[in-house]
Amino acid sequence: MNLRKYLKVYKNFLHTSLAAELEYKTNILIDLITAILSLIGSIFLISIFFQNNATIGGWEFEEALIIQSIYTILNGITNTWFNPNLTEIVKHIREGTLDFVLLKPIDSQFFISLKKINPSGFLEIILGFCLLLFCMRINQINLNLSFLTLFLITIICSIFILYSLWFFICTTTIWFVKTWNAIEVLRSFLYIGRFPLNSFSFSLRIFFSVFIPIAFITTIPSEVFLGVSQLWKILLEVIVATVFLITSRKFWLFALKFYSSASS
Amino acid sequence: MVQNIIDVRNLSKSFDISSKEPDLKGTIKHFFRRKTKSLKVIKDISFKIKEGEIVGFLGANGAGKTTILKMLCGLIYPSEGSIIVSGHLPFRRKENFLKNITLIMGQKQQLIWDLPPIESFYLNASIYELDKFEAKRRIKKLSDMLEIDDELFIPVRKLSLGQRMKSELLAALIHEPNILFLDEPTLGLDINAQRNLRKFLKKYNKETNATICLTSHYMKDITSLCKRVICVQNGSISYDGKLDLLLKRLSPVKEILIVCHSEKDATKLESSGYSVKNKTKNEITIIIENHHFTSSLKTILNNFDIKDLYINEPPVDEIIGKILVKKDYDI
Repeated sequence: MNLRKYLKVYKNFLHTSLAAELEYKTNILIDLITAILSLIGSIFLISIFFQNNATIGGWEFEEALIIQSIYTILNGITNTWFNPNLTEIVKHIREGTLDFVLLKPIDSQFFISLKKINPSGFLEIILGFCLLLFCMRINQINLNLSFLTLFLITIICSIFILYSLWFFICTTTIWFVKTWNAIEVLRSFLYIGRFPLNSFSFSLRIFFSVFIPIAFITTIPSEVFLGVSQLWKILLEVIVATVFLITSRKFWLFALKFYSSASS
Repeated sequence: MVQNIIDVRNLSKSFDISSKEPDLKGTIKHFFRRKTKSLKVIKDISFKIKEGEIVGFLGANGAGKTTILKMLCGLIYPSEGSIIVSGHLPFRRKENFLKNITLIMGQKQQLIWDLPPIESFYLNASIYELDKFEAKRRIKKLSDMLEIDDELFIPVRKLSLGQRMKSELLAALIHEPNILFLDEPTLGLDINAQRNLRKFLKKYNKETNATICLTSHYMKDITSLCKRVICVQNGSISYDGKLDLLLKRLSPVKEILIVCHSEKDATKLESSGYSVKNKTKNEITIIIENHHFTSSLKTILNNFDIKDLYINEPPVDEIIGKILVKKDYDI
């Protein structure tokens, strides 16, 4: 893979999609307001849960806010990259415009995963980091290099897991053509990621860890942030992320063999 | 000697297609137990195309023209047989192969809708690893050939269909491909826009010696661009050869309307053994077979006192229409 070429293409992706989005100023403004209101609403919801309980699943309110901030960051990433690109896969396949992507001398997965960007998602990422900084203060967490490295690793793994799950569902469009509902279900499951994994029953914990590792993606980085995570959990997340990423890649290449393109 | 750039041998393609009965009952049945059957849409076809050739694929809707084009450019895996395009197996979609070809579809677009076409051109240039200077040079050259200038800086959504199609062509040709696959490129364009597009394709082929494979339902596209046509009927090739030969074969006669000086001359002509279609006063329409058209015409001009004459050739659309409408038309 020619890294320089891919960086140059990505620079152009960024430029064109930002330019296209900035054509609609009001839409961006509405998205920004929605992001702020959504964060306020989420914090309010969590505070209601903690009104009568000092802890939920062993997590205090200040600690649960860390999960919320990581959720906000991941949701920001979802809205910035995954939502505008991966939902487009369904459109590409239904309308046959995937033809143009497949005939370009560039990796098709790279192209369809990163072509677009939604700038309003950036605000969510910034808000998430601001909340995280606030949580550092109220939880009296000290920064150090190993802590930052581990936190970064788990966050990246979470992004990969989320991306792979989403990409996997979108890939099935090649056979099923319409998969909007599955994406909506995934997004609904993502909301669950705002709550600590321990707050669920054992069976649900297994479900959200093994089958759809949504809770995984927020709880483990939060535990690392609080310095209470066990090494095996971090390793497990790294393994899960690697397996998911490789599987989604192989699945995409396999599915392309069945792509029949739309009729003209 | 001109080399074959496309070599297709015994190519077949089958698709699994589901069918549904009408009404709610049919819908429910279709939801729970979908009946699918394998349909062979391309049946054991073989052909070769030489470098620099412009070949038109003719056939009714659903005959398999687009499927053939998509297999040639590597979008669809063939079920049986072999395809070699420019020395490559298309379905492997190797970088060197993709840099050599382009696909233009009249009904689909790749330009970014909200931005001026120039942005899409530079994006494509980076994908094809062209530096900014080279991209600028090629955009200038192609926009001059396509006669577009200001349109490059207007958002795509505000361009007319003709301007958009020209921009699509520029985006698809920025990497200067050797082989162009065009699937109904003039679809929906007005007469002038169609003519301009054809003019451009002719010029592009002449200047770059690019091979062009074209499907179109506008016969003017075929007659003005393609010397050779491949007729596809129900997934099989029913004719592969020169267009004028096909036209002669499908329409072996010409009609001549002869205006004589008097009714007497017309009657004399009527009784001289020609196949007469109709006669009114001093006008007579006769039918002459193509293969002795010139000699017959000479005889008529030498032996009869003629005021005027009109040669009526059946329109190409009508002739080709015979292949498109009747599924098993014997060419």
